[in-house]
Amino acid sequence: MELFSEVAAWLTDPTNWSGSGGIPTRLLEHLAVSLASLLLAVAIALPIGLFVGHTRRGASVAVNLANLGRALPTLALITIFLPVTVLIDPQLGFKVYPTLLALVVLGLPPILVNTYVGISGVEADLVEAGRGMGMREVEILRRVEVPVAIPVIAGGIRSAASQIVATATLGAIFGGVGLGRYLVEGIAQNDNGMIFGGVTLVAALSLATEFVFALIQRRITSPGIAQSVLAWPASRQPGRPSGAEFHT
Amino acid sequence: MIDWAWVADHLDELAFRTLQHLYLTAIAVVAGFIISFGLAVWSVRRRAVYPPIAGFAGILYTIPSLAMFAALVPVTGLRSIVTAEVPLIAYTLLIFTRNIVSGFDAVPREVLEAADGMGYTSRRRLLQVELPLAIPLVIAGIRLATVSTIGLVTITGILGDGLGGLGFFIFEAYRRSFLTETLVGAVPLMILAVVADLILVRLQRRLTPWNRPTRAADDPTIAMAP
Repeated sequence: MELFSEVAAWLTDPTNWSGSGGIPTRLLEHLAVSLASLLLAVAIALPIGLFVGHTRRGASVAVNLANLGRALPTLALITIFLPVTVLIDPQLGFKVYPTLLALVVLGLPPILVNTYVGISGVEADLVEAGRGMGMREVEILRRVEVPVAIPVIAGGIRSAASQIVATATLGAIFGGVGLGRYLVEGIAQNDNGMIFGGVTLVAALSLATEFVFALIQRRITSPGIAQSVLAWPASRQPGRPSGAEFHT
Repeated sequence: MIDWAWVADHLDELAFRTLQHLYLTAIAVVAGFIISFGLAVWSVRRRAVYPPIAGFAGILYTIPSLAMFAALVPVTGLRSIVTAEVPLIAYTLLIFTRNIVSGFDAVPREVLEAADGMGYTSRRRLLQVELPLAIPLVIAGIRLATVSTIGLVTITGILGDGLGGLGFFIFEAYRRSFLTETLVGAVPLMILAVVADLILVRLQRRLTPWNRPTRAADDPTIAMAP
């Protein structure tokens, strides 16, 4: 109970809601780093996934690279990027870039794998029908394969987003920005109010991210596709993963 | 740029930290597997308990690792192996329960009926029929959980110098701004994660020779994220 009142006191203390170390600033920093990383990861992984899924060329290389990427611990990546980026920009290269780049690496595998699996899983009959109608390859991809695969592709982006938002806290260990600062400073100062206040904020943001992306995923899936997806065999259902997501 | 003399002087420490990294990982993966296996078998027998178990494991999984370590510090202490292991175990629960349950679900109904028809008891059916057929997804889960845990053990370095495995070097290097030590932590760590992944892929193929994936998309370990 004492802990609860400490957290409540920390969360409602007006001094924690203003200034450069205030909750709104930390929240914005966290969101900005996460969003930038996600956009970069999408910009890199989506085209590769579409190409590999459509042409089936380089599939095993892409999947093996993605698996390798998942094995790289984010904390190790941050510390490896840091000495390099700090040479480029002493300010942002210390506080932002190492975390941002490590989060891009974290976001690539789920987007790449889901895009590839989604596109290559589109029924051959549909692609043939498109070809029979005289569609060019790009048109087949854009008007047939992508709409059918959209729930799976969106699932990959959603998974990347929630991993990125959760893992963005790690940057704070090495002088980075965002909500993770409250956890690191709370542990250092033995301040339970700050620790659990920070935990509450981070957990709320992670759940909110999951929720928003689940909503987007549902919105952009056409109703017909949503139904036929349910008729897939269990092992290929996008909603029934055997777990390609994790934070490291 | 790299201080090789320092590296040569610290090979003992490197061996010790690598070993520590491995046992911190092993405790979490083994304990997580045992708990999850029980929960998964219970879920398969009584379907109604699965959604709440999966939901709870999912919520635990959503909490960022640093937040979970931080949250436990006031409860179980800063320099405690319990503070390190509880979150590590908690994160494996979702991966394991989901994969074990999907593994059992993937066993064809006719096979179960055949076993029942041959008079198998439910325990014998579980151990001799369902478990062997569930192995591809179960091993896929062990692989994901192991690689994930190897990464997370690094973060336990924030709980003090007695923990962290190879993460110890990364934290100390940061305090001293010493690039060589960063690499002494980070490079073996990445090698460890990649090698563990490769060994488990081998094991998976060895244990399920009938299930050679012919296309990359059929590989259960690259199964999609939700």
